[in-house]
Amino acid sequence: MSAPRTLYRRIVDAHTVRSLGEAGQILLYVDRQVLNEYTSPQAFAALHAAGRGVWRPQATIAVVDHVNPTTPERNARTMVIVDAERSLQVSLLAQNCARHGIVLYDMLDANQGIEHIVASEQGLVLPGMVMAAGDSHTTTTTHGAMSALGFGIGSSEIEHLLATQTLVYTIQKSMRVDVRGQLGPGLTAKDLVLALIRQIGADGATGQVIEYTGEAIRALGVEGRLTLSNMSVEAAARGAIVAPDDRLFDYLHGRQRVPKGALWDQAVAAWRNLRSDDDAVFDRSVSLDAGLIAPMVTWGTSPDQGATIDMAVPDPATESDATRKRSAIRALEYMGLQPGQPLDGLAISHAFIGSCTNGRIDDLRDAARVLRGRRVAPGVRALAVPGSTAVRAQAEAEGIAQVFRDAGFEWRQAGCSMCVAMNDDHLVAGDRCASSTNRNFEGRQGPGARTHLMSPAMVAAAAVTGALTDVRRLLPQPGS
Amino acid sequence: MEPFKSLTGVAAALPMANLDTDQIMPKQYLRGVDRESGLAEGFLHDLRFEAPGRLRPDFILNQAPWTNATILVTGPNYGCGSSREHAVWGMRQLGLRCVIGSSFGGIFADNCARNGVPAIILPLAEVDRLLALAANAATCEMTVDLESQTISTPADSRTLPFEFDPLRRHMLLKGLDAVGLTLESAQDIRKFEQAYLHVQPWLA
Repeated sequence: MSAPRTLYRRIVDAHTVRSLGEAGQILLYVDRQVLNEYTSPQAFAALHAAGRGVWRPQATIAVVDHVNPTTPERNARTMVIVDAERSLQVSLLAQNCARHGIVLYDMLDANQGIEHIVASEQGLVLPGMVMAAGDSHTTTTTHGAMSALGFGIGSSEIEHLLATQTLVYTIQKSMRVDVRGQLGPGLTAKDLVLALIRQIGADGATGQVIEYTGEAIRALGVEGRLTLSNMSVEAAARGAIVAPDDRLFDYLHGRQRVPKGALWDQAVAAWRNLRSDDDAVFDRSVSLDAGLIAPMVTWGTSPDQGATIDMAVPDPATESDATRKRSAIRALEYMGLQPGQPLDGLAISHAFIGSCTNGRIDDLRDAARVLRGRRVAPGVRALAVPGSTAVRAQAEAEGIAQVFRDAGFEWRQAGCSMCVAMNDDHLVAGDRCASSTNRNFEGRQGPGARTHLMSPAMVAAAAVTGALTDVRRLLPQPGS
Repeated sequence: MEPFKSLTGVAAALPMANLDTDQIMPKQYLRGVDRESGLAEGFLHDLRFEAPGRLRPDFILNQAPWTNATILVTGPNYGCGSSREHAVWGMRQLGLRCVIGSSFGGIFADNCARNGVPAIILPLAEVDRLLALAANAATCEMTVDLESQTISTPADSRTLPFEFDPLRRHMLLKGLDAVGLTLESAQDIRKFEQAYLHVQPWLA
């Protein structure tokens, strides 16, 4: 009888090629990776300089997502990057992929999109896998909600992975986040994860992999779980996993890269064993009551500087920790906010719906529910950027795209866009943006730009009222 | 990789919490396809420059003796956020070879190790002591010795031992090529892979 194990440990054990000495590192086999245009060129260059090849090209796909234009029209004329350096990043990715036989979803490909969204919608990542990519939201992304271990790596590690299909891995501590109860109407996984990050801090899960459990997690759709695991990196988590269930299997079944027929049945039978043992010991446990969560917005420049929409901007003077106090003072100055100012009613200039955190079909449906029959407030520029070309096509087919257009949103092509502002989609100093993205860092959406993180439905509510707003006021009341 | 054994130099204090990699290397400097282009200028750009090409005179790294700093003492969670290794490449170009703090962004710390930069984690009280020493021109010199795993601060005559991952320490001391080292285990990996895919044919 082996010792009880967590799901995290079970996945790690299944991928351990061998131990690397007394410090607990292992050589970890990695099932899949996704490359992008700005963190992979240095990895390929090093690989070529050393005369090394790619270990398993079919384990890798590449996408262009960070620097591509998201103009509303998409064709060979619009998908041109004027900036010579960024254009080189894209052409070099194509060259490197061609040289090594790696599948690339380039700017005009029907499968193009943000790497993490593409990976889950294609079924590239399956339960029990280990997935790594040169982007921090790999934690994520997607992969945790797929019951896979995913984490971000730098370019040197991409090189290591391409050359060996493994990483030198330090086993992390395990943290259980148990979410009891049910989220109220109008509340989403985004509110839940922002509440968690506020509770444990931006470094609250340092050196830890989270497993989410509890009634509220089971009740979330797969896309909500994707949001949750995606955003866990903003609490410093090195991975975030949800155990698989029938809801996940239904989500995966029939997707492009998912096994079919007898292999599917065999896989599902194996996946049902992917769970923590009842008596598994976590290094740490945290619990939340979903029923107590209200719509969240951030007021500062770190994702843990958040509050419920009915609260006021906090007064740094009441903060006892000196470092946190300094951060809050600087954040309020950058954000142009005063202590005690109500968050509800704070005027915005921009609204952005998209990103690997909230650029999926459920996110667009949530926002469309608020937008239907309403118009973006005068003076507000509102952008909707689907997370992938497939999501965009689905939204077109469902009529959601028209809801966005009728409301006065720009309905754009897929990409990271204004979440990271590495293409032409960026804000300027002083702009204030209600954003469904994951980082409110200084300058994230453009130098001097001010970002308030919230759910897509909350962004929609802010867009139509021109100010941060409790979305629940705009939704049909239960029972009415 | 350039080995790191011992380093004596000027330490600069960056006490703010959660200094993320978007601030350490803003997006406008992520245009290259190499590990150099523009990254020296990009490093902590908005903190170091008040206008393009014009340094902020009141920022620590723009003042003597910290213009020659080789060590950074940081606030908690330094390097959180994006995985961009550019943050470490830029830091190296400015001559910074070691970071000391109470916690680091995990990917950032991994990236440091792959670029010959030890990211040393100390208890908060010790970081606060080093921050105070580093903030003063008369006391900011220190020695980080990875071989003996100690940080010596002549100003207060202290020698502080620190913990460091043995494998990572070995790699840093010798300046080893991680990929080359792992490829020595290529047979193990191949064997593992065959067995792994055999029992889970849906992954093949």
